[in-house]
Amino acid sequence: MLDAFSKIGMYMQYPFVRYALIVGVLIALCSSLLGVTLVLKRFSFIGDGLSHVAFGGVAIASVLNLTDNMLLVLPITIVCAVLLLRTGQNTKIKGDAAIAMISVGALAFGYLLMNIFSTSSNLSGDVCSTLFGSTSILTLTAGEVWLCVALSVVVVAIFIIFYNKIFDVTFDEAFAKSAGTRVDAYNLLIAVIIAVIIVLAMNLVGSLLISALVIFPALSAMRLFKSFRSVTICSAVLSVISALLGILISIVAGTPVGSTIVAVDVAVFFICWVISKIRHT
Amino acid sequence: MALIECKDLSVGYDADVVVENLNFKVNNGDYLCIVGENGSGKSTLMKTLLGLQPPLSGKIETGDGLLPNEIGYLPQQSNIQKDFPASVWEIVLSGCQGRKGIRPFYNAKEKALALENMEKMSVAGFKNRCYRELSGGQQQRVLLARALCATRKVLLMDEPVSGLDPKVTAEMYELIDSLNKEGITIIMISHDIAAAVNYASHILHIGGTYFYGTKEDYLKSNVGRFFLSEAGEGGLANA
Repeated sequence: MLDAFSKIGMYMQYPFVRYALIVGVLIALCSSLLGVTLVLKRFSFIGDGLSHVAFGGVAIASVLNLTDNMLLVLPITIVCAVLLLRTGQNTKIKGDAAIAMISVGALAFGYLLMNIFSTSSNLSGDVCSTLFGSTSILTLTAGEVWLCVALSVVVVAIFIIFYNKIFDVTFDEAFAKSAGTRVDAYNLLIAVIIAVIIVLAMNLVGSLLISALVIFPALSAMRLFKSFRSVTICSAVLSVISALLGILISIVAGTPVGSTIVAVDVAVFFICWVISKIRHT
Repeated sequence: MALIECKDLSVGYDADVVVENLNFKVNNGDYLCIVGENGSGKSTLMKTLLGLQPPLSGKIETGDGLLPNEIGYLPQQSNIQKDFPASVWEIVLSGCQGRKGIRPFYNAKEKALALENMEKMSVAGFKNRCYRELSGGQQQRVLLARALCATRKVLLMDEPVSGLDPKVTAEMYELIDSLNKEGITIIMISHDIAAAVNYASHILHIGGTYFYGTKEDYLKSNVGRFFLSEAGEGGLANA
């Protein structure tokens, strides 16, 4: 145990470890905030669908040899997020089917493009790291960290400013609309923020595991608390703790960062579930 | 000037007209019951009145200083998500969202209004309880308190007693009646014709047959007599 602590202390000397911790915690915080809304709106899978879209975007960017793939991936993901949330109402193809369509479609096209046009010598390595998170979290530059900090501050600020509106459109859309709240505009806002978070989180856990960051803290918090505000706060706290713990464990044990964080999230969910069961008996 | 006036109103979805050529007025202090069989377009009409969907043709005019977003809406229970973690306080306060506008947080006046309406509906004791843990009748009163935060004039209710047991149903009708006596206009969708003729001042019957008028006229009309006898002896006795 002492050994592990001294090992962490040693790693903390390196700026790239500190960067990874900062970025990991911020991403976990942002993704958990909107997770509660997405779970309650029955949109848990939207994170998954969008992350596959982002994967397709990365594939296109790498084929085009773009140096900064964010410029392409972010707009593509935002457009798809808007399209997916739109399908919630009055469309021929229902929400879950639309998500499934877009997500597997993007996944297939992404891999196809990478296969046909790739110049890389290690294709399966590239694909694997995009899907499951790469070591890129450990190779962040100071500029990327600042970008992440700035975006996180924006996301948290928007969430706090629109907290009451987000509650209104999540709890009862029909009532919100009848009270003159611009439900469609707020749904759009939620979609855009989710897209931004997902593109940010791709660096951390890879595109296959992002949904875990979005839904697990929310579901864990919902086992323990019963008001929207306490669930939201608890979910943010649990998410940050899980991310910290996951990154530290992965450093000490040498495990992949993304899947370690998700494993901690799953463990936390299990603990919360057990607590809620004990409480009810 | 009527509070709400519908002129040649047709409602429905896209090309699918559910009800056509509705003409009716709701005056301040009225208690209007909208009755009709399942699928007759009651809910569609209500959604159109609330502005949740546009009318296919015709007009809905609001008067007497009523703004379109000043209608208090009590949705059908089934529309509320059953597993939603929200406290009673959070839900009632959200009734003030129309007044709050784009301001991010609720002010003291809105909080006082929410508290006042909770006391009026006798749910103030559950302030910090979780909504989903309350009984059906308590949940309805919480949603009623929320609707009262949104309006001082008109309440629109979609089947307010569905799923409640007879005792709670009777209490709910009394509560709505007392609100009406305080001067709040009530528009209610119901398939409980017996209760409708018991409490309402006006009846709008849509579906296969059309009727709009006062309760007294409805009781004398052919359509009214037919549907009341359908509703059974109990319905006639109550009326």
